[in-house]
Amino acid sequence: MPRESFDRYLRELQDEVLILGSMVEKAIARSMKALREHDLELARQVVADDAKINEKRLAIEERCIELIIAQQPVASDLRVIIAVLNIIIDLERIGDHAEGIANITIMIGDEPPLKPLIDLPRMAEKTEEMLGRSLDAFVNRDAEAAKQIAAEDDEVDNLYDQVFRELLTFMAEDLKTITRATRLIWVAHNLERSADRVTNICERVVFTVTGKMEEIGASKY
Amino acid sequence: MDPKIQTKELNFYYGKLQALKGVTLDIKEHQITALIGPSGCGKTTFLRLLNRMNDIIPKARLEGEVLLDGQNIYDPQVDVVEVRRRVGMVFQQPNPFPKSIYDNVAFGPRMLGLNCRVRLDEVVEKSLRAAALWDEVKDDLRKSGLTLSGGQQQRLCIARVLAVEPEVILMDEPCSALDPLSTLKIEELMQELKKNYTIVIVTHNMQQAARTSDWTGFFLVGELVEYNKTSEIFSRPKDKRTEDYITGRFG
Amino acid sequence: MTSLSPKLTQKLAWGFAWVVGIITVLVLLFIIGYVLTKGLSVISPVFLFTEPEGGLSGKGGISSCIVATLWLIAITMAILNPLGIGAAIYLAEYAPDNRFTHLIRYSVELLAGVPSILFGLFGFAVFVLALHFNYSILAGALTLVCLLLPFLVRSAEEAMRAVPQSQREAALALGATKWQTVAHVIMPAALPGIVTGVILCIGGIVAESACLYVTMGGSARMPTSFLSEGRTLAVHVFYLAMETNALDKALATGAVLIILILIVNFITRWLSQRLQAKMRGGT
Repeated sequence: MPRESFDRYLRELQDEVLILGSMVEKAIARSMKALREHDLELARQVVADDAKINEKRLAIEERCIELIIAQQPVASDLRVIIAVLNIIIDLERIGDHAEGIANITIMIGDEPPLKPLIDLPRMAEKTEEMLGRSLDAFVNRDAEAAKQIAAEDDEVDNLYDQVFRELLTFMAEDLKTITRATRLIWVAHNLERSADRVTNICERVVFTVTGKMEEIGASKY
Repeated sequence: MDPKIQTKELNFYYGKLQALKGVTLDIKEHQITALIGPSGCGKTTFLRLLNRMNDIIPKARLEGEVLLDGQNIYDPQVDVVEVRRRVGMVFQQPNPFPKSIYDNVAFGPRMLGLNCRVRLDEVVEKSLRAAALWDEVKDDLRKSGLTLSGGQQQRLCIARVLAVEPEVILMDEPCSALDPLSTLKIEELMQELKKNYTIVIVTHNMQQAARTSDWTGFFLVGELVEYNKTSEIFSRPKDKRTEDYITGRFG
Repeated sequence: MTSLSPKLTQKLAWGFAWVVGIITVLVLLFIIGYVLTKGLSVISPVFLFTEPEGGLSGKGGISSCIVATLWLIAITMAILNPLGIGAAIYLAEYAPDNRFTHLIRYSVELLAGVPSILFGLFGFAVFVLALHFNYSILAGALTLVCLLLPFLVRSAEEAMRAVPQSQREAALALGATKWQTVAHVIMPAALPGIVTGVILCIGGIVAESACLYVTMGGSARMPTSFLSEGRTLAVHVFYLAMETNALDKALATGAVLIILILIVNFITRWLSQRLQAKMRGGT
């Protein structure tokens, strides 16, 4: 069969992307858990593990270069490899955002919590869920699903609005809460950026299928 | 801009066998058009129709039109010698005549009636320069063309074609008998030549088609399956057969 | 019998080839050597420049025979070459692939197998008698044309067919007409083969005896025009050997014949090489 090994290499490449994706999903989940439970140890772990995410991304990039040299891909093969190169950038950035949240947890340290966290965990869950589904859409070459997922970015944006307004109110009523509130706004910002990154991934999925880059759902921010 | 060459619904038969089916295609002026496809798909047959080389094959029959600047070259009143002067051809195996380098290049003009030595000297030098061969041979033009290397011989054949001042240059897998370095030299030459000529190249090397051409046509079993800008064909082919062929998934 | 090892078979084959080759060369050298050694001593300026005396004496020289032979070669070649090469061009380049062409080819093959004496009789009947040329060099030449035509056509046609099709295509693609392709590309390339064919024909002319005897007559007088009777060197050898006792003169004539053939050979080859060099180096 022609190009059997190339087909296998492409499948293996996609598997590597899925592995990177799950590493990043875990990073978001763990960083949110560390924030909620004031688990400084877990937060430090997330920070340390970000190095592994970066390594993985570079390894996948190396592999893409090897495949371009050896296989001279064209048409859909080429689009898959280009999509992978771009998706791993977005994944690595999401990883950086998770690391950012962990760092904020470390900064908060032993300070008393401002309020029970409800919306922030929901933003994290939604982002994780969107990420997982977007990578599935990539593997399945499902452009429709990708567009659908990108549209759900609005949910995360709306939650961000809510968190922002709520924390503004806190700060307006009591100036002593400003430091803590600002840190929480920063967490929300990291999550909102992560969801936008997932939208980028969805755009790449559509590109893989159609060959065209279209903007799906421009962010409000 | 009007296309340099247009074919309309070409059907071509070798006796009872139909080699081309309904091929309609525009060749754009001053561009390089590549024709790709598996062996036996008709791309070389199609190429040879553009300068009436298939006339010499007995039992060959053509339906449809081939227009050069709007004129059908198969019209009975058209002079085939004039067609072949305007549409030159370079072949797969370099085929210089067993004559001197000078006489090879001067052959075409001499056959067309040019005998003035001074003019011939000019034409020979101009053509050899245009074919990027002048510097390598200028010291002894009386050497036999057969003493040149493969790549040089092919450039000699190109110079030979250029000497009759064609408008279109057809190339039938011109690099397939050459080493990689000579191939690259000729590909560079093609980029230079396209400024003044229209080039159509048949190639079974897809990387070459992707590297060198502006437009690509994919042939399969006598049909033109897809024809588009090269960047489109190689990034977003519209037909699955094209996709399968260029990604090598063809059986 | 057990089969022999490949190495042994190889040695045996080589050995056999060597032996056969050496025998052939030796035979050739023996014949030429015998004729030359026996004959050269008799050759003298007198011998070369006097005519043979008539009758059975065998005295005299061979001047008229030399002249007759040269005349014969010239006239035969003048008629044979255009005809033969022209026919070859037609068959190789222009003839359509149909029954008529097959018939022509088949006829040529058949003619090549006809014994020369029959051509002699044909020549006698047609050229000497019917066309009233009488015994003459012309009649001899025309007869030889008929005899040698199949060979020249075959050689020349094969030489032209051997030119690769890619050469024709290259010329046509440059806008040359069919005739220009034939004249300027195919003929020059086929020249060595054609020249070989021509040399063989000259050899054939010089070698003929029987069929010339009945068309050129036997008169040994110096020919004055192409309508004169004449006796070629080969016929003279035959005459001397059969009708007279002058075996030494016969061998001498044979020696002259061999030398003549060698000269013609060298000249033709030299001409051909010069032509080729010219063609390769500049028309």
